[in-house]
Amino acid sequence: MSLSVPAPLVMMRGIEKSFVGAKANSDIDLDLRRGEVHTLLGENGAGKSTLMNILSGLYTPDDGSIFIEGEERKFRTPRDAISAGIGMVHQHFMLVPTQTVWENVALGLEDQPFSLDKNSIIAKVRDIQERYGIHVDPHAYVWQLSIGEQQRVAIIKTLYRKADILILDEPTSVLTPQETKALFQTIRQIRQEKHGVIFISHKLDEVIDISDRITILRKGRKVATIPVQNASKESLAEMMVGRRVVFQIGKTLQNPGKVVLKAKDLVVRGGRGIVCVDKFSLELRQREILGLAGVSGNGQEELCDALAGIRQIDDGAIVVDGVELQGKPSREFQKKGVSYIPADRIGTGLVTGMNIRENIALRKYWRKEFTRFRFFVHWENIAGRTGQLVERYSVVNPGLGFPARMLSGGNLQKLMLARELADDPRVVLAVQPSWGLDVSATLFVRETLLEQRDRGSGVLLVSDDLEEILSLSDRIAVIHKGKLMGIVEDPDSASEEQLGLMMAGTSLAEFLPDDVPPGHVPVRAVP
Amino acid sequence: MDFFVPILAAAVRSGTPILYASLGEILTERSGVQNLGLEGLMLMGAFSGFTVTYSTGNPWFGVVTAFIVGIAISLVHAFLSVSVGANQIVSGLAVTMFGTGASSLLGRKMIGLTIPGFSKVPIPFLSRIPVFGPVFFEHDPLVYISYGLVFFLVWFIFYTRPGLNLRAVGESPVVVDAMGLSAVKLRYFYTMIGGGLASVGGAYMSLAYTKMWGEGMTAGRGWIAIAIVIFAVWHPARAVLGAYLFGGVGAMQLRIQAAGTSFPAPVLMMMPYIFTILVLLVISIKKGRGILIDSPGSLGIPYSREERG
Ligand SMILES: Nc1ncnc2c1ncn2[C@@H]1O[C@H](COP(=O)(O)OP(=O)(O)O)[C@@H](O)[C@H]1O
Ligand SMILES: [Mg+2]
Repeated sequence: MSLSVPAPLVMMRGIEKSFVGAKANSDIDLDLRRGEVHTLLGENGAGKSTLMNILSGLYTPDDGSIFIEGEERKFRTPRDAISAGIGMVHQHFMLVPTQTVWENVALGLEDQPFSLDKNSIIAKVRDIQERYGIHVDPHAYVWQLSIGEQQRVAIIKTLYRKADILILDEPTSVLTPQETKALFQTIRQIRQEKHGVIFISHKLDEVIDISDRITILRKGRKVATIPVQNASKESLAEMMVGRRVVFQIGKTLQNPGKVVLKAKDLVVRGGRGIVCVDKFSLELRQREILGLAGVSGNGQEELCDALAGIRQIDDGAIVVDGVELQGKPSREFQKKGVSYIPADRIGTGLVTGMNIRENIALRKYWRKEFTRFRFFVHWENIAGRTGQLVERYSVVNPGLGFPARMLSGGNLQKLMLARELADDPRVVLAVQPSWGLDVSATLFVRETLLEQRDRGSGVLLVSDDLEEILSLSDRIAVIHKGKLMGIVEDPDSASEEQLGLMMAGTSLAEFLPDDVPPGHVPVRAVP
Repeated sequence: MDFFVPILAAAVRSGTPILYASLGEILTERSGVQNLGLEGLMLMGAFSGFTVTYSTGNPWFGVVTAFIVGIAISLVHAFLSVSVGANQIVSGLAVTMFGTGASSLLGRKMIGLTIPGFSKVPIPFLSRIPVFGPVFFEHDPLVYISYGLVFFLVWFIFYTRPGLNLRAVGESPVVVDAMGLSAVKLRYFYTMIGGGLASVGGAYMSLAYTKMWGEGMTAGRGWIAIAIVIFAVWHPARAVLGAYLFGGVGAMQLRIQAAGTSFPAPVLMMMPYIFTILVLLVISIKKGRGILIDSPGSLGIPYSREERG
């Protein structure tokens, strides 16, 4: 290597990593230069986080080498990586929720005296906040913070350690558009200071906006590294997925029918006993998809748990098809035709240790057609039904007697859809239905939801992905800190900008001209 | 007053072994490891401390021995729960069964023997404060050490760098790991220190309280200590309250027996235990969710770096 060309800040060569049953990285090379924002682009499961966990010393590679400024380094623990100047903001931020912001910053600092010097830590934190314009109260407990604020804490933590190489793993997937803009501002400043930034995302627009170079990963392999000048949305998508991608999904207008689900002034508490859903009201009609937009963690899951009858409510009413259901056991909700596709597929949705038949039977085993003498399980009938459903929802599976855990993420979700949608429910509660899925599974899920709408169900679609909300919804509600910020009757009239502000706590009424009373947005005419 | 002062003083004395054990368990659990072996550790501490004191004549040797024995036994528990990732409840119960069995087997020859053990060392001036003095400052040195330990632990856990690490590893070991600290080492360390303290609590029983060894002499105090950790929401200062409450009810019940009543003695002897259950019940109902907030989030969950949580 000639002296005139400085060695890249980071050079990864031939990185290999396998997990039980999955090859996460094979023969991956990656270079990061000083003053560069280098994006890792890839579908869910492509191996981006694994590669970065290796760079930050959390995972040990099976093979391959890492060079920092030309010098080979072996990271046996995260400590080695931290001292080489690497700071990573993980996809699931590495923060201790029960500790304060400053305590989280202090965790693991080596230059601290035995007795913590709280004031000097806080002073330094404030310095960083001033310099980079990232603000968060150092005395607040992490669990009190919104996801966006928690991310800022994670970034402050790495800056406090003077990270020279900053890794951001899907930072924007939890932010509002405005928060994303602010984050990009910070990233640009860090780039200007001649550090290196590795940015992970699968959102093409922002990748093109922020990157200098882009490395595309697919199924654990590197496809290419290209400068952003040579990249277009279409070419990136094609490299990422491996074939041409159609962004459009066919959505026809429907004439919504009568109200099937009504929530009135719901108050629900979350895991820590804190009010998560605060006087929330909405109406869901037949043949419509009502999108519920919001940054995750703003009460959406608690709301849907309550609407599905699996979480107690403190106050309010839940009416399905004119019948009040609050306080009733969840089976009453099921009998009235409420289906639930929870965010937590593996914990709440499916029992991965049970086989496919049993998972299909889970919510219906007590029905007449699945029992003998209303007591014994009628396995033949369940098997027959499962066979049909697996066929209809094209669930790729090794056999109906195999445990659900053997299914890939996309097929797990299809199994979930099969169980919840097959009987044409009145109400579908779908929370983050395409989270963590690859492009083709995502498409399948979205089309299935649209089809379900056309078959007459009312669908409440909860997502923190605005693009998903905008492309599927007939109306859009926005939730912030458990409160309804307003309902946008015509999604085509709503800008991402406006929805983003609502997700950050601005109510719809503030956008309306003064002479229109709030709540009286004209309903879009249906041809 | 003349009736209550001795009872309060006795509350401190009989609460002290539980206090040591609770403080030890607070450290262990704050690091994310649950050790249900307290009862066994206390018995082993009581037995080994007594044996060494009997043969050397110096109770301090007994205390140090008990501490080391407790550390050694907890090392096994730490290995099983941290390195092997075994079920901590099973491992803890095994420690209790081992301690109960081994101490009774090895201690046969010690039954009936007595030692001078620790004697009261009233603290000058302080012990002359009315009420306060006799209740808190007319005790043996181990009681005074326990006071110091409480203050030290409050400071250590909440205001020092290692204390921050301790709290973090019990809550989110993966974060500790990602910040370049060793979750494994921390958990080993505090499991061992915690077990050592529990064992010293047991030694207090045989060296200062009864001054003799008896099979199963801790009589369930190890379990009470575990309950008190929850009562204390993992805070050392609140553990003092719990331990002395238990001790106080025990002392009161002894007085009532001695004064002679028609109440059957076994019922009276149940009082401290029933009382503990009731107190736990009340605070769990009142603070149910609060306890969930404050309990170490990863308590009882093994950590392994590349395994998905
Ligand atoms: N700790 C782990 N244990 C087992 N499998 C893992 C682990 N981490 C990642 N994987 C697997 O490795 C593959 C790549 O995952 P990941 O790096 O998280 O992808 P990405 O971040 O690109 O979405 C996936 O198939 C995933 O299931
Ligand atoms: Mg990832």
